[in-house]
Parts: sequence; C-alpha cells; structure tokens
Amino acid sequence: MIEMPDMLAAGPEIALAVIGMVLMMIGVFAPEKKALSIVSGLTIASLIVTLAFVIWLADGRVVAFSGLFLTDAFAVYMKILVLLGSIFVLFMSENYVQREGMDRFEFPILVIYATVGMMMMISANDLISLYVGLELQSLSLYVIAAFQRDRVRSSEAGLKYFVLGALSSGLLLYGCSLIYGFAGTTNFDALAGLFAGQGLEASPGLIVGMVFLTAGLAFKISAVPFHMWTPDVYEGAPTAVTAFFAVAPKIAAIALFLRVMLEPFGGLIDEWRQIIVLISIASMVLGAFAAIAQNNIKRLMAYSSIGHVGYALIGLASGSEAGLRGVLIYMAIYLVMNVGAFACILCMRVNGRMVENIDDLAGSAKSHPMMALAILIFMFSLAGIPPMAGFFGKFFIFTAAIEAELYTLAIIGVVASVVGAYYYLRIVKIVFFDDLTERFDKPIGRSLSTVMTLSGVVTILFFLWPAPILDSAAVAAAALFPG
Amino acid sequence: MTDFPLLSVVTFLPLAGAIMILLFVRGAPEDVARNARWGAFWVSLATFLASLMLWVKFKGGTPDFQFVEEHDWLPAFKISYRLGVDGISVFFVLLSTLLTPICILASWNTIQERVKEYMIAFLVLETMMVGMFAALDFVVFYIFFEAVLIPMFLIIGVWGGPRRVYAAFKFFLYTLLGSVLMLLAIIAIYIDAGTTDIATLMQHKIDPDLQLWLWLAFFASFAVKVPMWPVHTWLPDAHVEAPTAGSVILAGVLLKMGAYGFLRFSLPLLPEASEFFTPFIYTLSVIAVIYTSLVALAQEDMKKLIAYSSVAHMGFVTVGIFAANQQAVEGAIIQMLSHGFVSAALFLCVGVVYDRIHSREIARYGGLVHRMPRYAAVFMLFMLASVGLPGTSGFVGEFLIMLGAFEANTWVAFLIASGMVLGAAYMLYLYRRIIFGELTKDDLKSILDLGPREILIFAPLIVLVLWMGIYPAPFLDVISASVANLVDNYHGALAAAEGANTLQASR
Repeated sequence: MIEMPDMLAAGPEIALAVIGMVLMMIGVFAPEKKALSIVSGLTIASLIVTLAFVIWLADGRVVAFSGLFLTDAFAVYMKILVLLGSIFVLFMSENYVQREGMDRFEFPILVIYATVGMMMMISANDLISLYVGLELQSLSLYVIAAFQRDRVRSSEAGLKYFVLGALSSGLLLYGCSLIYGFAGTTNFDALAGLFAGQGLEASPGLIVGMVFLTAGLAFKISAVPFHMWTPDVYEGAPTAVTAFFAVAPKIAAIALFLRVMLEPFGGLIDEWRQIIVLISIASMVLGAFAAIAQNNIKRLMAYSSIGHVGYALIGLASGSEAGLRGVLIYMAIYLVMNVGAFACILCMRVNGRMVENIDDLAGSAKSHPMMALAILIFMFSLAGIPPMAGFFGKFFIFTAAIEAELYTLAIIGVVASVVGAYYYLRIVKIVFFDDLTERFDKPIGRSLSTVMTLSGVVTILFFLWPAPILDSAAVAAAALFPG
Repeated sequence: MTDFPLLSVVTFLPLAGAIMILLFVRGAPEDVARNARWGAFWVSLATFLASLMLWVKFKGGTPDFQFVEEHDWLPAFKISYRLGVDGISVFFVLLSTLLTPICILASWNTIQERVKEYMIAFLVLETMMVGMFAALDFVVFYIFFEAVLIPMFLIIGVWGGPRRVYAAFKFFLYTLLGSVLMLLAIIAIYIDAGTTDIATLMQHKIDPDLQLWLWLAFFASFAVKVPMWPVHTWLPDAHVEAPTAGSVILAGVLLKMGAYGFLRFSLPLLPEASEFFTPFIYTLSVIAVIYTSLVALAQEDMKKLIAYSSVAHMGFVTVGIFAANQQAVEGAIIQMLSHGFVSAALFLCVGVVYDRIHSREIARYGGLVHRMPRYAAVFMLFMLASVGLPGTSGFVGEFLIMLGAFEANTWVAFLIASGMVLGAAYMLYLYRRIIFGELTKDDLKSILDLGPREILIFAPLIVLVLWMGIYPAPFLDVISASVANLVDNYHGALAAAEGANTLQASR
C-alpha cells in the first residue's frame, strides 16, 4: 500500500506522465492536420500547470516512496529551471517544427517524457531511481535527436547519441553496482551516513565505483573528456532540438551531478575534488580553444556549452554552500542566455531554408538591427562581460573558488574565459563589422521575437534586480547543506 | 538639495538618452541621423552642465567622499550600489562629461553611416566612464570598468579604419585579460575584508604577502590600461584604426582609468606591495618615457606618433603616482587632466586634416600654415602644451611630477627630464613637417581653414589648457586635501609596517 503523502510529493511528475498519455490519445484521434498544433498548445499549457504545481508543492524536504524519491528546495529550484527551459524551447520552436518536416504530434509528447525523466533525475534519492529517471530522459532525447528521420544528419545524430549514451549509461550502471557491492546500499541518505563524520576510509572498490558513476554523469553534462558526442549531436539534430539539448537536459544532469557528489558522497570530497577540478579545467580550456575554429554556429554553441559546464564545475569543486549557490545562479543565467541565443539561431533563415554557418550572419546588424542587438547581448553575456547576466554567474562561481582557496583553478578559469571571449567576439564582429551578404527572412515570427526580447531584457537588466534569483538559489543551496 | 542624487543623474543621464534614441528615433534615414546627432548632443551637454554642479558644490579642504549615495544591491553579499567623488576623482568625471559632447560634435559630419548606433554607443560609453570614476564599491567599479570595453569595441570595429577588426580585438582581449585577473584580486580582497566598500577597505590592512599577489593582479589590469611599456602595443593600433572621436575618448579618458586605478586602489589598499614594486614601476616608466619618445620620432603616421607620445606622457604619470609625495601625486593628477585635454585636442587636430585629405601620413602634408592660419595657431598651442611649455597645463603637471620625483629618486627625475627633451623633439619635428615649409601638394592648395563648428570644438580645450597652465590653483585646491590624505595614509601604513618589522627583528 502506498500512502497518500507519498504520491503527492511526486505529484507533478505523475501528473505530467498521465497528461503525456492523454495527449497521445488526443493526438491520435484529433484530425491529422490539427493534431500537432492542438497537442503542442496543450503541452505548453500542461508544462505551465506543472510548473505552478511544483511551486505550490514547494515545502521543505519530503522523502517519498520508501526513500527512492525526494523533493527539497534544491529540487524545486532545478525543476523550475528545467520546466522553464522546456516551455521556452517548445514555444519558440513552434514554427520551426511545422516548416522543417517535424510536424508530427509525437514531438511535444517526447519533450514531455524527457521532462518527466529530468524531474525524476532531479528528485532521485537512490541510485535506482537515478538510473530510471536518467534512462527515461535519455530514451526520449535519442528519439527527438533523430526526429527529422528523412535527413541523414539528424538520423546520424540520433544514432551517435544513442550509442554513446548507452555506453555512458553502462559505465554509470557499472559504477552503481560497484557502489552497491562495496557499500551495501543504494540509498543516498544511507550512503551519506556511511561517510559522515566518522573519518571512515572508503574502500578502493567504492572509489572505483564512484569514479565510474562520475564518468557516466560527466558524459551526460558533456564535460571533457566525455564530450565527444556533443558537437556532432548539436550540429546534426534539428535546431529546435539542439536548443532543447542545450538547456533542459544539461540543467537536469548538472542538478543530478551536484546532488550525487554533495549528498551521498559529500563526505568523500577529498577523493572526488581532484577529479572535478581536472574535468573542470579540461572543459573550460577545450571549450575555449576548440570553439575558435568552428564555422557552424551549432557546433560553436556545443563547445560553448562544454566550456560553461567547466565553469559550473568550479562551483562544485569548491564543495561549499557558496559554491553550490554559485552553480545554481550560473545555471539560471545559462538557461536564459542559451534560450535567447538559440532564438537568434532559429532566425537564421534565407529563402525559407535554415542556414547554420557563422558567416551567414555577416552584416545582419544592417538588415535585422534588433536581432543583432540581441546577439550582441547574448554573446557578451556568454563571454561574461559586465553588466550582462553572464558576468554575475561567473562572479559568484569565482568567489566560491577563491573562498575554497582553489587559486589555480580560478586563474585558469578566467584566462580560459578570455580565450572564450575571442570566439564570442568573433560572432559580434561578423554581425556588426562585416558587410551584409545574405538577408535573413522577415518577419522572424512572433514567438521567436517574444522569447528573444524576454531573454535579452532579462540578460541585460539582471543587475537591476538580481535578488529573486540570488535568494532562491541561496535557499536551494542550503537544502543540500543542512545545519 | 543634499539628497538629490546628482552623481547618479550625471552617470545615468547619458544611458537614458541612449535608450530614448534607441526607442524613439525612427523614420527616414536622414531624419534618423539628424535627430540622433542632436539628441545625443543635447543629452551630453545636459550631462556636462549637471556635472559642473559637482564642481560648484564640491567642498575643498576635506578628503572625504562627497555626493555619496548608497543603496542596497546584493544585500546577501554585502555589496551595495555606492557612488561618491573626492578630490581625486571629481575632475575625471568632469573630463569624461566634457569630452563626450566634444566627440559628438567632432563626429557630426564624419560619421555618415549608422549614426544612430554611433551616438548610442557614445552615450553608453559616457555612462560607463562616469560610473567608473564615481563608483565607491569595488564590484560596481569593476562592472563599469569592464563594461567600457563593449561600446569602445564597437566604436573601433564598426566605424574604424581598414585594420579596425584587428585593432578592436587586440584592444578588447588585451584589456580583458588584465581585467579578469583584477577581478580575482577584487574577490580575494572581498573575502579577506568581508566588504567591497572602498571607503571601508581603505582602513583595512591586508597581509603583506597577499598584497604582493594582489598588487600584481591589479598591475596586470591597470598597466594595460595606462598603458605602460611593454604592454602598450594595443594602443597605437587602436588609435590608428579608431575614428577621430574614438581616439579622443581613448586618449582623453580611457587611458586615465589605469592610472586612476593605481591611485585609488594600489597605493591605499596595498601600500607595502606598492613600495616594494616602486623601483619596478620607475624602471618601466622611464623606459616608456625614453623608448616610446624615440619610437614616436620615427613615426610616419600622425595618429601613431601622438599615440606613442601618450604612452610617454603616461609614463610621467606613473612615476608621479609611485613617487607618492604631495607634489608628485598632484602633478600626476594635473598631468592626467592636461593630457586628457591636450591629446584629445591633438587627435582632433589630426581629425581636421584627415576629414579634408583622408590621409594621416605626415609626408602628405606640408605648408599648411599658408592656407590654414587658424589651424596652425590652434595646433601650435596644443603642440606646445604637449611639450610642456610654461603657461600651458602640460608644464604644471610635468613640473610638479619632476619636483616630486626629484625628492623621491634623483636618477628617475634625471631620466624623465631627458624624456621631456625628446618629447619636444618629436612634437616640433611633427609640427614643422605638417605646418611649415612650401605648400607643394596640389590638393592642399585649396584646403579650407577651421570652420565655426571646429572652432567651437577647440575653444573649451584652449581655455582649459591655458587656465590650468596660468592659474592652476582652483584645480589644486580641490585635489590637494584628498591627495594629502592619500599620501599621509600611505606613509603612515609603511611606517607602521616598518615598526612592526623592527619590533619583530628586535625580539
């Protein structure tokens, strides 16, 4: 018998999963031409309702389903980000889906299931539920990566993502089984209890298990050296799907990473810190240098996201509440910037055909001044130049790193950010300094311009009123550092 | 009236103007250009008039910060929005607000493409510059300090010369690399002291070993901005490629940001490290003064020559700052202001002939005095001010610096004095080649003298250069109390550290 409060804690996830099934029925029985627009409208509505539900439910720490599932302020914060990411991406990809041969109603439904999976990951309190949530998310994502099944590149992206994703899941599962074998439990609280306070030496087998687990998770957040799939999948997947990949799953995976490292293995920080420092440095440096040579804007955004994950990991490496708060602020800002940047990329259409080359942006400041302004804002923000929001993300991360005396990491981080600034500036240069070559189609569409304006305004005016995000991030961070 | 947020108004009025122009200036291209020009001009003029109130209401004789405003901003991090000026910063605020309308007037006819964006960039730049000089919180300072890069990058890159992209990138990345290291130092100070309030930090003592690292991080940022030899190489490129008004702002205000940083942060916050590195600064400054003067002597491009002369003049400033006595620091501030007027005016002089002939090559000119007597007179005045002729502002600054430097270190004073001779050499040589001689080139035979708009641009600068040269007391009165306080605290901190060391040694 499952008691009622248990169900309520997982209410949003359960509701969203049920809604997904209902929408599938609606999609099947609705007239074929209208099915997509009905389903995607209802999907956005139900995601908004879920978001409200999550916020309404937010009430301290609740453990449910015999310790498999938990919600706390941290989970609520991350779920809000994930849901916002899904909502915005679905909203702005409406036109794209219809034009690019993706007009099948399964697309929004797959996004729903991916979102349910992400929410499960965020709320996982056990290695088993972690794995189930992760797989639900991943399987949905494999399918939507290959959603333009008539196009070779999309299918290739889907297949590549699937093969490599399966490999990483294997690593992760192997790590989980090692941990179970050496610790005798899969529950996060129980694991945390093992390492807390008593100065117990963790057995080598357990450390190996943790390393495998870390490797699997690093794969999902595309941290170096497990990043190889990212550029190819970003480039090959339909642009709307790439936008989705860049925000929601990344945030969910980071949330999972944070929780796993800080909650069950928080006591082993000395063991995992060097791993995190290493992959953080590698991600920042590779993200910065590899992006320089890119000509495809989606590949460039892939390397950019690799770099950003590196910065987020600095916060984790500092292993403190301040560091965690920095990561949470960073992810919120990352969400806004990336949604906006991808809204701009979705505008890159010439004669009804999507273009992806950076040089196609040349001189677009003359034909689309407002879009150019938005690109300017997002690029400077991604580069971390004040007063854009991206600066504050970096600022809090570096504050935490210096506080934790990770000086080398901080210095490498800022130097990598200067190298990274080069390729963001290059886009600004192409947009503003070069001569107009190709004129993008007008109008860009209401949903795109709404998203672009909204995220642009948030990015540039974040400094005026940062308190809401800073405060909720502080509350969320406190949830993982009780007492 | 005390509660009126005058500084915030001065800071954000240009930004408000920029937003107005962005949103409301629309219509046919000619109308947009005209309205943007006039809009930007009136906004910047209004800002200048408002900033004059700062000077009028400024109470001399006290080192305290005035017109202080404070609002909670990030209460969880104890970071507030704090603005205020003292005798050191007030004139830099005025310098920024004065040069912006001049720049807008100077670009009236030269900028014909994307006028609206150009004017917006200049107004945004003005907000960032003023905010930087007025900020009393380290994080706020840093935000303004670095945000300056964005409009300047666009001004060089969009409206610049043929190698503008290279120059813009070099400018941006060079300064960014310095700035991010300073950001880490700011964070380290914040963690050490628990606050970013500059006034409070002045009382805070930082561990001497930590000071060395922090000083180097600050140095990375400020030395690039000043620019000091050997990190000055971005400056000639940026100056040559930037449009005239861009060069004016770059030389007039942006170069002062680095020296201001040394004065505001390195000396008061890190006294022991500053003393430790003083010989290092002397060496770099002396090299800058002598070496870049020699380089300037060999230049074929007018803008490049003036750019190198800027590096040399800023070498004087850094010597003055680190000589750290009353005369030298006052001299450094006066020299910065003077250089702000003079180099700005020299770039405007280059702009005048560039607008007519579209060449900056010195060999393209000669004998201009026959066709352009008014221009020759104006150019002569600023040329002599740059050389440091008594009666001009350049003399006061350099003389005070020499006085102070002589007191601190005779050799340094001797070497930079030889730099002054070289300075006279390259400026006079430049002047002779452009203005005097036979008028042989055909297109120069029909060149026109200064028009009314150009005279209007030069007039305020002429007045200021002469005023500061002949009767500098009104400026020094404002500056001296803050400088005295700075110098006293600096030597006080050093003496205290000395005392602690001898105490330790005697045990």
